[in-house]
Amino acid sequence: MIGIYAEISDGKFKKSVLEAASYANQMNSNGVVAFCVGSTNDDEIQKLSKYGVNKIVTIGSISFDSQNYTQILSKAIQKENIQTLILANTYEGKSIGPRLSIALNASLATNVISLPDMNQGFSVKRSVFSGKGFAYVKLIKDTKVIAITPNSIDLIERPTSISIENFDGAVSENKTNITSTHKAEGKIPLTEAEIVVSAGRGLKGPENWGMVEELANLLGAATACSKPVSDMGWRPHSEHVGQTGITIKPNLYIAIGISGAIQHLAGVSSSKVIVAINKDPEAPFFKAADIGIVGDAFEILPQIIAAAKLNLN
Amino acid sequence: MKILVCMSVVPDTTTKISFIENNTKFNTQGVQFIINPYDELSLTKAIEIAEKNGGTVTVATVGLSDTEPVIRKALAIGANDAIRVNAEPKDGLQVASLLADIVKSNAYDLVLTGRESIDYNGGQICGLLAELLSWPAVNVCTKIEFENGNMQFERDIDGGRQNVTCSLPVIASAQKDLCEPRIPNMKGIMAARTKPLSVIEPNINETGSEYFQFENPVAKQAVRMIDANQAGDLINILKNEIKILS
Ligand SMILES: Cc1cc2nc3c(=O)[nH]c(=O)nc-3n(C[C@H](O)[C@H](O)[C@H](O)COP(=O)(O)OP(=O)(O)OC[C@H]3O[C@@H](n4cnc5c(N)ncnc54)[C@H](O)[C@@H]3O)c2cc1C
Ligand SMILES: Nc1ncnc2c1ncn2[C@@H]1O[C@H](COP(=O)(O)O)[C@@H](O)[C@H]1O
Repeated sequence: MIGIYAEISDGKFKKSVLEAASYANQMNSNGVVAFCVGSTNDDEIQKLSKYGVNKIVTIGSISFDSQNYTQILSKAIQKENIQTLILANTYEGKSIGPRLSIALNASLATNVISLPDMNQGFSVKRSVFSGKGFAYVKLIKDTKVIAITPNSIDLIERPTSISIENFDGAVSENKTNITSTHKAEGKIPLTEAEIVVSAGRGLKGPENWGMVEELANLLGAATACSKPVSDMGWRPHSEHVGQTGITIKPNLYIAIGISGAIQHLAGVSSSKVIVAINKDPEAPFFKAADIGIVGDAFEILPQIIAAAKLNLN
Repeated sequence: MKILVCMSVVPDTTTKISFIENNTKFNTQGVQFIINPYDELSLTKAIEIAEKNGGTVTVATVGLSDTEPVIRKALAIGANDAIRVNAEPKDGLQVASLLADIVKSNAYDLVLTGRESIDYNGGQICGLLAELLSWPAVNVCTKIEFENGNMQFERDIDGGRQNVTCSLPVIASAQKDLCEPRIPNMKGIMAARTKPLSVIEPNINETGSEYFQFENPVAKQAVRMIDANQAGDLINILKNEIKILS
């Protein structure tokens, strides 16, 4: 059986969970079991059944602690005889995936971007060198934990019926205590965004980000920036993409006034479509882009914003 | 406080990545190696904590002898001593098992890793090591401090940040924004020459995976240019041709 970790965020399953379900339902298996911690509702559970999940095992709410999540999840997973567990490479997935692999005595692969290839054992493709390369890796243990990069796996519907079971297990007291949580309300998290509008030093100063945000809002996009922009405090560090920032893989990446240094490209070059806007025709970004516009961002962006207002729903 | 900083040695960020021997090996020819940027942060933070609260900072690397110049750099930045496990890193499980062994035999209070290494980018070691040791862990930290007998962390979570406290021992991984990395000065470089760097032979050889093939991303087709005066066409192309917007 294939298992997926169904991370709950504000009572809902994010798209990355549906991607994990799609991954699992395409593997040759006799069923997909989802495991979740915390409470959700029937509509959300039915959403999983649309993507091939036959059974969901729910575990009552506990405050997040990677050690305790691992303890209880690994018990629930072992009870269901899971050979392969799929989870998303979100921050939560990164905290528990490696731990679960030890608890389950499993092989672990993170940043996975392909379905397994069974021709030579069990192997997967993963991105390495911050997107500058790919590696094929064979997972040699009987049990496997696979963490997939968001936006790498197409959603595949496979409607089925779903049964719900509750798993009761004792956990020890959390050793880590969460004292406060701050979430940017209404913002699309960068790592999960399908469209990202990003800007660099070419925008001259933080006061000019209004048009970047306006375009992002019109496109339903998250905003990002280059390293110097976050270093200078023009934008929060959480927006910094690149080799030493966040690696992203959106369907569309629009880079405005960013030169296209190798360290920046490393974090964004796996994006499906890249648009570069730069006043310098020699900017390296044009070599990595699918679509380019040479010109002054302060003249170009207003045109694009106007066209978006006119043509998009 | 006894602090262990796990450090990986990685290709410089400007490296053009290529592979040799039928794409089965990373081509190290002409590559400059550096301290993994996240480990530079955890090292600096460990030194700051030790300076403030008293304590020692040990750097541990799983790697062959060619990593020693980079380990010396960590000593020059201010680590007290270093341990090199003489093994070629094969996968996360192997590296974490070897590091866990060091932690078990030395009673560290705090173990720091980077959020990920920029070569194989597993982002695995912090969690693997924590579970092997049965320790609590706090991943992707933008703040790591020892205050009033407890560790205080701020970490990135999906769509925001979170503050977390934990008593020692604990393992944490460093994220950008943790601190400004220290650069070695002349005095540090001189001192580093005589600081202890012990080499130990691996006594575990467990792996969970085997890398057997690499490839580079496919080269992009030539960029399609849109005239600056027709920039609004971009929306049309993305919507009606590429069908990425609606
Ligand atoms: C160890 C290391 C790690 C690094 N990691 C990262 C990383 O993770 N991410 C990252 O982004 N960088 C990283 N860098 C920095 C990287 O090398 C570049 O310095 C950085 O990406 C440049 O940012 P930029 O393109 O915004 O600025 P600049 O290089 O200053 O480029 C600005 C661009 O804007 C254009 N421009 C100027 N005015 C306008 C205008 N009015 N309209 C349109 N275009 C305009 C210019 O032609 C230029 O191309 C790293 C560097 C090192 C050494
Ligand atoms: N060979 C190694 N020796 C010591 N520490 C390592 C090694 N590889 C990775 N690490 C540590 O684990 C962190 C995450 O690495 P990774 O899981 O490979 O992305 C790094 O930032 C280091 O702190």
